[in-house]
Amino acid sequence: MPLSSRHLLGLQGVPKEDIQLILDTATTFREVLERPVKKVPTLQGKTIVNLFYENSTRTRISFELAQKRLSADTVNFSISTSSVSKGETFKDTIRNIEAMKVDMVVVRHAAAGTPLYLTKLCDANIINAGDGIHEHPTQALLDIYSIHEKLGRLAGLKVCIVGDVAHSRVALSNIFGLKTMGAEVSVCGPSTMIPRQIEELGVKVYYNIDEAIQANDVLNVLRIQLERKAREYFPSLREYSNYFGITEERLEKNGKDILILHPGPINRGVEISSGVADGNRQIILQQVTNGVAVRMAVLYLLGTMN
Amino acid sequence: MKIVLRNLKLVHPLQNFDDEMKDILIVDGVIEKIGSLTKQETDNAKELDFTGKVAAPGFFDMHVHLREPGREDEETVVTGCDASAAGGFTGIACMPNTEPAIDSAEVIELIKKKAKGHLVDVYPIAAATVNRKGEVISPMAELHEAGAVGFSDDGAPIKTASIVKRALEYSKMYNLPIIEHCEEETLAGGAMNESINSTLLGLTPIPSVAEDLIVMRDIMLAEYTGGKVHIAHISTKNAVELVRQAKHKGLNVTAEVTPHHFTLTDDSLKTYDTNYKMNPPLRTRADVDAILEGLKDGTIDCIASDHAPHSIEEKEAEFEYAPNGIIGLETQIGIAMTELYHKKILPFQIIVEKFAVNPRKILNLMVPLFQKGEKANLTILDPDEIWTVDISKFRSKSINSPFDKRLLTGKSVAVVNNKKMFYKNEMLEI
Ligand SMILES: [Zn+2]
Ligand SMILES: [Zn+2]
Repeated sequence: MPLSSRHLLGLQGVPKEDIQLILDTATTFREVLERPVKKVPTLQGKTIVNLFYENSTRTRISFELAQKRLSADTVNFSISTSSVSKGETFKDTIRNIEAMKVDMVVVRHAAAGTPLYLTKLCDANIINAGDGIHEHPTQALLDIYSIHEKLGRLAGLKVCIVGDVAHSRVALSNIFGLKTMGAEVSVCGPSTMIPRQIEELGVKVYYNIDEAIQANDVLNVLRIQLERKAREYFPSLREYSNYFGITEERLEKNGKDILILHPGPINRGVEISSGVADGNRQIILQQVTNGVAVRMAVLYLLGTMN
Repeated sequence: MKIVLRNLKLVHPLQNFDDEMKDILIVDGVIEKIGSLTKQETDNAKELDFTGKVAAPGFFDMHVHLREPGREDEETVVTGCDASAAGGFTGIACMPNTEPAIDSAEVIELIKKKAKGHLVDVYPIAAATVNRKGEVISPMAELHEAGAVGFSDDGAPIKTASIVKRALEYSKMYNLPIIEHCEEETLAGGAMNESINSTLLGLTPIPSVAEDLIVMRDIMLAEYTGGKVHIAHISTKNAVELVRQAKHKGLNVTAEVTPHHFTLTDDSLKTYDTNYKMNPPLRTRADVDAILEGLKDGTIDCIASDHAPHSIEEKEAEFEYAPNGIIGLETQIGIAMTELYHKKILPFQIIVEKFAVNPRKILNLMVPLFQKGEKANLTILDPDEIWTVDISKFRSKSINSPFDKRLLTGKSVAVVNNKKMFYKNEMLEI
């Protein structure tokens, strides 16, 4: 059974069967990645453009590797936002890419909604690799895959997303994906970083990290953006790490065996201590490996649809 | 030249007419007679039959952005006037955020010169501060003398309370309103209303309180100075309540609302269509309901389009990068009739009041009357005509409207002013 949409723009509204299919397919590719020859000919002859309007080396490399493992032809198209303002419009860029007869576009853009806009401008399958503070579906899928891989289930699990939820594309995709798969989702962070009315999404809010740790099975710890305006939303890094940082002492104190995820790159000593980042509760590097398998699954399922 | 408009029902909020159909005889642009006409009176007259249609004093839109001077590729004075006539308006006031801004008598002269001879009267609103920078009040006496009917830094509010105070004190000498775009600057700058929808769409939010704060500031300054404040494009529930209280206190405070703010909510943004991007942004159902209540109880004095033309190139962009604003001159009567009259929010007479009477009162302009010797200045409407908006038929130079393909009930069928008549897509000399 194929996916119900020919694009992956976000996880809002994506049916459970689709997510399950992606997770199951990722398991197959996860095995491929353990082989000595980590390559399958599945997408041979397909051309994929990685259109990155925002610098994100990790996400791009993960997609690129997934594409190579599937034997697709890959073109990287990185555009710094500064040159965009002077140069051609987004629409013209897309028209040009379309004229090159590409099959799929993986897009990362600072402006929310751009992947949807892209579906109206060209015929290729569109995969959202992060649009502004909107969604980052493959990141959430790899988080969900990793949780399932480690704990063997999703339904009924309690997962808390910790940090700057208001300015995170990872948070929203996780909320939708996890809830669809039957998990109970909560968020925890300074109130300035929790979107208004988030409860309307069926999400519980914690402002006390100890309570969040006690109540949950999984913490998905978001990166605090040091370089962005996000710094204005809390008094100081010191206060943030004292009150919301995940440390070994804090985990010990709450006497809880809890699974820790982090989408990376990590700020050691800010949202997560080195002890936790290197400890035995976290699966940060498995997430990276799973990221390739999940992206292979998404590319394969979309690329073989039509 | 003689023309007879036959079988019109007359509706004028300042005059009393019965429901009987009447004929209007216009000679050289002036009303000669209203009622039944003798054969002799109508000799050699051009005759037009308007059975089933209603004549009202010419509609007036007090919030229009003509893009001349500066962005003539988006709208000129003439194309803006053409769009006004096609949309049912005989007069407009144009906003000063042109390039250069309307902050000198020269720019006012330029606009008046371009508008000269058109059916539609154009009244410039001048900048409240020099170059709309918010630092020094504009030469209001000179601007008033040149023809400015109000002052505004629209696009943004007047920056500081001290300048608003000074602007109100100064403009009071001429009884002219300070027209405010209400948006507290440090809370502004987002792409849409802050709500659950902004979270779902990942768009940077503009909290409604940004509007409420400036409305409150300006109302308090209006009270303190005795000056006249007009709240442009009101969009929040709290702002409506603040204006209501100010009116109860007897302050010189008025307000307008755009058709999109009483029709649409931020639910419309789900497609990231940039034609739903405007400032103030579309709000929530609760805000729309409060606005409808404000229209009913008179808190909101008038309806104005905030007609804001933008080029296709600029609007066809990533949502967050696209400019704010939509055009509205050619759709607003249809929307008001559909959403307010046919949905029984407002009776027809009150709609006429909000389109033709109140905006002129706010700007100290004469309301055209239906009587012998008066200049013929009227809008003829078919309250029941069902039509579909088609942006390709717009007279405006721009097409950035979210209402394309929308089915509406109620339309302007003709306008008369300045010895001209716009009827059936044609400009006639009368
Ligand atoms: Zn404005
Ligand atoms: Zn405006």
